[in-house]
Amino acid sequence: MKIVKKYRFFLFLVLVFLILFFINKDFGINALKITGHSLKEMALVIPPIFILLGLLDVWVPRETMVKYMGEKSGVIGILLALILGSAAAGPLYGAFPVAAVFMKKGVKFSNVLIFIGAWSTTKIPMFLFELTSLGSAFALTRLFVDIPGIIIIAFILTKITPKASVEKIYKQAEKM
Amino acid sequence: MNIALYVVTGILLLLSFWKDKKKTIKALKKAWKSFENILPQLLGILVLVGLLLAVFNADVISSIIGTESGWFGVFISAVVGSITLIPGFVAFPTAALLLENGAGYMQIGAFVSSLMMVGVITFPVEIKYFGKRLTMIRNVFAFFFSLFVAFVIGKVVGGV
Repeated sequence: MKIVKKYRFFLFLVLVFLILFFINKDFGINALKITGHSLKEMALVIPPIFILLGLLDVWVPRETMVKYMGEKSGVIGILLALILGSAAAGPLYGAFPVAAVFMKKGVKFSNVLIFIGAWSTTKIPMFLFELTSLGSAFALTRLFVDIPGIIIIAFILTKITPKASVEKIYKQAEKM
Repeated sequence: MNIALYVVTGILLLLSFWKDKKKTIKALKKAWKSFENILPQLLGILVLVGLLLAVFNADVISSIIGTESGWFGVFISAVVGSITLIPGFVAFPTAALLLENGAGYMQIGAFVSSLMMVGVITFPVEIKYFGKRLTMIRNVFAFFFSLFVAFVIGKVVGGV
């Protein structure tokens, strides 16, 4: 029963899928193909990300993370958050578990948010892809607007999130 | 890029194993635990994405967001980008295709930006880590920021 409860969202969608197949088979097959495609992507990208975060958790001492990305890390912390986020591969959902490990290791909240922002939108592999498909004017304009945007959004979010909620989020990260 | 990721991970894993076997096993256990933690939501999301993309294919999208569609088109593009979750290697060629089929630069800017920054479908995962309030606020900010990005791209690239 525990497993059913844990996977209820997924099971519900599988049910929707089955109903869909009865109503419109072509549509169902199309949706199935796309799902298969995303599953493949997940299977490819997810294992290394999680292994890396496991290694990070075990090998990098808290003090090191605090020193370079903690409360007093200043500009270096911001740059590191941007670089680490941009060097990432994989969809945004992969960023959250990594962010949880960062929080466990005492990384400053605004830097965690900058990391999430960078992962979401300035990833280097994606940028190269964007450059070739949409042209340099498009990709560079987006990059130059995005970098300050990510930092500003992270700072505003940090400002407007009450201290108690931040503490709660950090506590939650311990359990992940 | 995937290959590079695998090579780096493989080397680090070997190095770790050579230095300390116990610690490495602990790291792998942690990796599995983190993965198992988000797996239920992840599977649900992938199925949902399949359903949504079957509805919003390139034809449907390009028919809504032509150059003439103006701010309404930008807004619609941002909404579509927010609710869909398309891997980059599909998204950029799709975006290029949409441009060829008559979509405007501003609209594509809104689509690409919101696609990457706003994740309505990944809400369940994000909430797990950051709570409801912050997840909502972050995504709302990212949504409006995407409209701003669209505006700048329209000015610079589209010359609107």
